[in-house]
Amino acid sequence: MSKGSRAVRFRGGGLGLFIQSPLHIVGTAFLLFLVYVAVSNIAAGDYTLRQFLQNLIFGLAQGSIYSLIALGYTLVYGILFMINFAHGEVFTAGAYSGFFTMYTFAQSGFLQENTLIAILLTFLSGTIASVMVAVALERVAYRPLRNAPRLVPLITAIGASITLQQLYLRLFGASARRFPDINLYILPDVFTDLECRVVDGVEQCLGMDIIGGIYPVEIFGIALRLRPISFIVFFGALFIMWALWMFIQKTKTGRAMRAVAEDKSTSALMGINVDRVIVTTFILGGALAGAGAVLFVIIPGNGQVNPLMGFFPGIKAFTAAVIGGIGNVPGAMFGGLFLGVAESVGPSLLGISNQLRDVISFGLLVLVLIFRPTGFFGEVLSEKKV
Amino acid sequence: MRFISKLSLMALMLSLAALLALPVAAQDDEVVVLPGDNIVLGFAASLSGDTAPFGIDIQRGVELAQEDRPTVTVDGVEFTVALDVQDSMCSAEGGQAVANRFASDPDIVAVIGHMCSSACNAAAPIYDSAGYSMISPSCTAPGLTARDYTSFNRVVPPDGIQGVLAAEYIFDVLGITRIATLHDGSDYGDGLVAVVIPAFEELGGEIVASDAINVGDTDFRALLESFAVLEPEMVYFVGFPAEAALLIQQFPDAGLDDVVFMGADGLVGTEYIEQAGSASEGTLGSAPMPVESDELDAFVERYIETFNESPPGPYHPNGYDAYNLYLNAIEAVGFINDDGDLVISRADLSEYLRSFTGYPGLTGMLSADGTGETSAASIGFYQVIDGRFELVDVLSVGGEEEDEEEDADDADEDMDEEDDSGY
Repeated sequence: MSKGSRAVRFRGGGLGLFIQSPLHIVGTAFLLFLVYVAVSNIAAGDYTLRQFLQNLIFGLAQGSIYSLIALGYTLVYGILFMINFAHGEVFTAGAYSGFFTMYTFAQSGFLQENTLIAILLTFLSGTIASVMVAVALERVAYRPLRNAPRLVPLITAIGASITLQQLYLRLFGASARRFPDINLYILPDVFTDLECRVVDGVEQCLGMDIIGGIYPVEIFGIALRLRPISFIVFFGALFIMWALWMFIQKTKTGRAMRAVAEDKSTSALMGINVDRVIVTTFILGGALAGAGAVLFVIIPGNGQVNPLMGFFPGIKAFTAAVIGGIGNVPGAMFGGLFLGVAESVGPSLLGISNQLRDVISFGLLVLVLIFRPTGFFGEVLSEKKV
Repeated sequence: MRFISKLSLMALMLSLAALLALPVAAQDDEVVVLPGDNIVLGFAASLSGDTAPFGIDIQRGVELAQEDRPTVTVDGVEFTVALDVQDSMCSAEGGQAVANRFASDPDIVAVIGHMCSSACNAAAPIYDSAGYSMISPSCTAPGLTARDYTSFNRVVPPDGIQGVLAAEYIFDVLGITRIATLHDGSDYGDGLVAVVIPAFEELGGEIVASDAINVGDTDFRALLESFAVLEPEMVYFVGFPAEAALLIQQFPDAGLDDVVFMGADGLVGTEYIEQAGSASEGTLGSAPMPVESDELDAFVERYIETFNESPPGPYHPNGYDAYNLYLNAIEAVGFINDDGDLVISRADLSEYLRSFTGYPGLTGMLSADGTGETSAASIGFYQVIDGRFELVDVLSVGGEEEDEEEDADDADEDMDEEDDSGY
């Protein structure tokens, strides 16, 4: 009785939202400490607005790729209630396929002549490869275990992840491959002073290089160096996520997915082909990871493709999915962006070593889980889901 | 009751002791090679992954040495030398795994390797307890010879020398006074940076920032951004090609286009240039350099003829010397017993490696100083020019004291040259 009333009193108070258990006190103290360090760093003048904006833009581009991968985790979790730990390797498949396509184009000269078509085909091949790996995973590793206890597919997923890593290692060799440099010039009439070079005594300006270029820009008196590709990646990822959201909300298949996520057996009784919906989910997750992989390697300075490259983005995206609320689609989008920005802005804002960057990501995860165990957007799971 | 349990306890202990004694008896300090059998040397280096070109380079050096000297003759009996090649990667785990494998194989006489300092650090205690010797062609971490390992020897100058001379090169030759240092968190990176920082500060330079990254990181933009605020003239990075290539390609993102990028011996090789592409142009690197000699030139020529490419790493002559040192050691300490078998005592071998003097190797004159160091070669400084690491300068600790004036002149000249080329 008294216990209940205390809880009620706490919830009623101003701090009630935060402090409901001793763990919350620890979490709050840590949060306040972080804020204190950040504020004192800014006050001391060690941290400038320019640095923040610059890091924010890096972080948004990186974060939107985390979001794309995180969506794959969240979609599968929403439907099967399992974590597909091999999703990072689905990402790697897209990166390799994109690399081989682009490398062929670069060698044959097709890239220089038809850059835009080459890029689109690269996206297509990356996406297709990732979808194929994702579907094969579902068919070989997860479907036979559909009715097994929940821990079994989890362990299988880890096994599948290691198997794929070793497979890539044997197939493609351990050395990293370098994604070709891409230059795509647009609007030479608008940007008349960019990318100029003198050819045979005549000055030629090619316009803005939206893939490989980097340009100094002044916004409100703050001198920034921006890459157009950062914005392309960010808005491209947003567009893909919007398309996914529309697909889930508006189409028949999307409705079927939501129904299966709600209750598999009832939706089967309603005439929904559950197996097909699950395959569709893996196709969607794979496509997002593949697109994310190509977006990732196309950024200048990221173009290294190696057999283990999917592991870290995979773990980070999983973290992002949990921060956003696993099983929740907008949550994964938000979680990815949040994590990307926190990682990019965090170390220099707090004035700590760059080596501790991962500590920030996973520390944030702990903080979020303390205050919102279901993630930012997570709903309280119905008894059936749990 | 009590008596019985005591008795059984004693029995248990006795049987345990017997069990423990068995492997000890089996693992003798002496290797016995029957006539007609091979003398087996272990070879451990990184043969897969981003650091593989360095390992393959060393392996080729050893193979060429084997081609030159395939047999050992002790007391008139000839024995063929064979290699057991293992991939110990560039990590502590890899070093440990291969060391355990070699140390439990009684046929292995001694080990050439390992390649990376983290692998050496993990392997040395294992070889120590097994009584094995190792000669590393490339483990340069300063601490390796300070830990009283009885097994560890190297035919490469330690990073203590490389670091001090690198600091000198940056400050005196390049005339750069503000640097930011970065390492990849490995034993090698951490150790070398720890030498460079005090040496550079002692010369009067300023370390504006010092940070570390993790092997496998791919996004360094925020880090470089925080460096850019402090306006260093150079970023000095100790690590391996994968991270270095990404770093230099991300320099423009932070506006560091005009900042010099310099690495150490982990960088000097073809892999970095392949990974970084045109961004690698102008990157500086340092690597222990063999003393110039006709033999060395002939060796490199033969290397290129045999393998159809210029060496992908700097350590092929060191591999060559390590192999030959072992053969000398076996010839010196091995003997033929009454059965006509060759007997090599690992303790004597180890003793020899710690006490030999004046071996004229490809890398220069090698002499053991009793701690495992044998080499006092110079450090070469390289720069990527037209997609290749070209030697631009050579510094050595001894040379500088003898003719300081001349060196200072050289330094001035070099500085002028550098000014001309746009530094």
